[in-house]
Amino acid sequence: MPRTVFRNRWLPYALVAPQMAVTVLFFFWPALKSLQLSLYRVSPFGDRSTFVGLENFQKLLADREYYASVVNSFVFAGGVTVLAVLGALILAGLATQKIRGLAVYRTLLLWPYGIAPAVAGIIFLFIFHPSYGILPYVLSFVTAYEFNWLLKGWVAMTLVIVATAWTHLGYNIAFYIAGLLAIPSSVIEAADVDGAGPIRRFTAIVFPLVSPITFYLVVLNMVFAFFESFGTIDAVTKGGPGQATEIMVYKLYKDGFIGLNLGSSGAQSVILMAMVIALTVLQFRFAEKKVTYR
Amino acid sequence: MPYTTTRWSSVATTLLLVAAVLSLPAPAFAKTEIQFWHAMTGQLNDAVNELVKQFNESQAEYEVKPLRKGTYAETLTAAIAAYRQRQAPHIVQVFDVGTQTMMLSGAIVPVYQLMKEQEIAVDWKDFIAPVVGYYSKDGNLYSMPFNSSTPILYYNKDAFQKAGLDPSKPPQTWKQVEEYSKKLISSGATKCGFSTGWPSWVQVENMHALHDQPFATKHNGFDGLDVQLLINREFGVKHLTQLAAWQKDHVFSYGGRAGTADPKFLSGECGMYMQSSALIGGFTKGATFKWGTGQLPTYGPPYKRATSIIGGATLWVMKGKPAAENRGTARFLKFISDTNQQMWWHVTTGYLAISNSAVKNLEAGYHFKKHPDQFTAFAQLTKGQATANSQGLRLGNFVQIRDVIEAEMENIFAGKKAPKQGLDDAVAKSNEILKEFAAANKQ
Repeated sequence: MPRTVFRNRWLPYALVAPQMAVTVLFFFWPALKSLQLSLYRVSPFGDRSTFVGLENFQKLLADREYYASVVNSFVFAGGVTVLAVLGALILAGLATQKIRGLAVYRTLLLWPYGIAPAVAGIIFLFIFHPSYGILPYVLSFVTAYEFNWLLKGWVAMTLVIVATAWTHLGYNIAFYIAGLLAIPSSVIEAADVDGAGPIRRFTAIVFPLVSPITFYLVVLNMVFAFFESFGTIDAVTKGGPGQATEIMVYKLYKDGFIGLNLGSSGAQSVILMAMVIALTVLQFRFAEKKVTYR
Repeated sequence: MPYTTTRWSSVATTLLLVAAVLSLPAPAFAKTEIQFWHAMTGQLNDAVNELVKQFNESQAEYEVKPLRKGTYAETLTAAIAAYRQRQAPHIVQVFDVGTQTMMLSGAIVPVYQLMKEQEIAVDWKDFIAPVVGYYSKDGNLYSMPFNSSTPILYYNKDAFQKAGLDPSKPPQTWKQVEEYSKKLISSGATKCGFSTGWPSWVQVENMHALHDQPFATKHNGFDGLDVQLLINREFGVKHLTQLAAWQKDHVFSYGGRAGTADPKFLSGECGMYMQSSALIGGFTKGATFKWGTGQLPTYGPPYKRATSIIGGATLWVMKGKPAAENRGTARFLKFISDTNQQMWWHVTTGYLAISNSAVKNLEAGYHFKKHPDQFTAFAQLTKGQATANSQGLRLGNFVQIRDVIEAEMENIFAGKKAPKQGLDDAVAKSNEILKEFAAANKQ
């Protein structure tokens, strides 16, 4: 790899300074604050705070609902990742075929990524809400089945998974299209000549060649689902019914910003932070051996 | 070129002048600004702006600036964040369930004290009892009641007609609710009997009050912080068991928390609906059928009938403002509690008028004769006997507790938990939350 040499000793530092400032101000500083908060019991207006050591963590670890939110998070993040990555691979595969109006298809496929999660949530509400959604209304003419996710937890979970995956699909598709187009057509043609069918060509050639992208997307989608899916859940289910769609980020928000229990909320964010760091490290360690980086 | 130079320098001078003027402190003739944060949307937001305009035009010294900060919870969170940075508004609207949090916050000036300091006379005795009871401590009002309502029963008169029921007679007992619901469904008039808004507020909090049952120990929390919920006793289990059974045969149809079930009534899916009396205005605009109102149904003996409790929000005065600004805050709060403004506010929004004189004037002006639906809430709040159980609820972290109760209600309605089990779990979890609040507020 060519090495860039700066003549001025300070220039490289000056160049990374703005990014570092942003990182310190908006990532490290709040993270430290949460760490501090997690050791205190704070009154809502912040006028009284008592050092309680690890009590906030102890309480969380003894709380069945907290474990439920951890399980929900993994179900949710797993569902979103599988759906968004797999869906993107299939759609990208179709969008790299030689078809008429390709540019239009590609644009339309990328479109949902431009929609804010909260807005996507509202769109799903208008389609699926049992009281005023279009789909349940139309379904009521055809079948007696009640599409009532206000009471059926797994339906609600499926709904937020689909909504979140949908908003993230465009991002994944963009990566896959680029990845698929980078595969030399000579390799595929050679396989074709050797008599490999489309499925064999995909499993033996295409998939291994896009595996670095897949790996990157899996990590990214997991982290996205863990951290940034708040908007969709808040707009669609608010964690309900019961606690069926209450993922860790949502519980943290609810306890901290609605319940004003800042200590517990701080402890939850610390645990969440640790989990995502561990997840990322583990995946990189584990996957680096298997993934073929070119 | 001298010409260009002159031109540029004059532009620069002008810009400098403009900047200088903009950066000047507010001129001496400006009015004192009073920041007022609230959570009212739609028509209600318009009404707030109109009310503020009336005040601003009524005098020359103060200018109240209303600002909508989102939902109730968001408004409270915003006010807390602002207070911590010493940027709090003068007045903030906080919902009923935030009352205990505000009272113990150490961040407020009780409204009775503010008025005393400013020597502004307010006839506190003229305020209606349910409102005073909910927001007072030791007989003194801590926040100015602003928008108060109580849940009532709405029913679809057209559907009643179609089902062969008397459209002038809403059900009065739960037994009648069941009977009417079955008629509505079997005649094909509606798909379900009834639904409810604000599940915990209407079906748990108010049903306990209405039937004179305690919701929590220590006089529903009024007498101390060491409180436990009592909703898993005979009455609570009976009512939730009943609702869960009705959910199965469409007599009852659960439609979500807060106001998300409103469309079930407005679309004609359910023939009856229990929701805040403040929805009268919205339904008048939104419903395409004839509807009426009645009081919430009761089970009758052996339960004694008490009154329902109020909900809504009040205005809190934040601590740490200069006396001159507090004077403006006090004048504004006095203004909105005056009889004329109260009458206007009630007629415009459907929220309860909070003074007896306003209610009397409305009666004298035949307002209630012309709009009987607007009287239903007043009747319900005064019909039964006000008891210790119907005065209100004073619980810390009540927002979380409501959330816990509603989550368990959903588990019960979905058949995931037996009613007794669900309520036991709700109580256990709520008691933990209350313990946490007591610990955080130990002086």
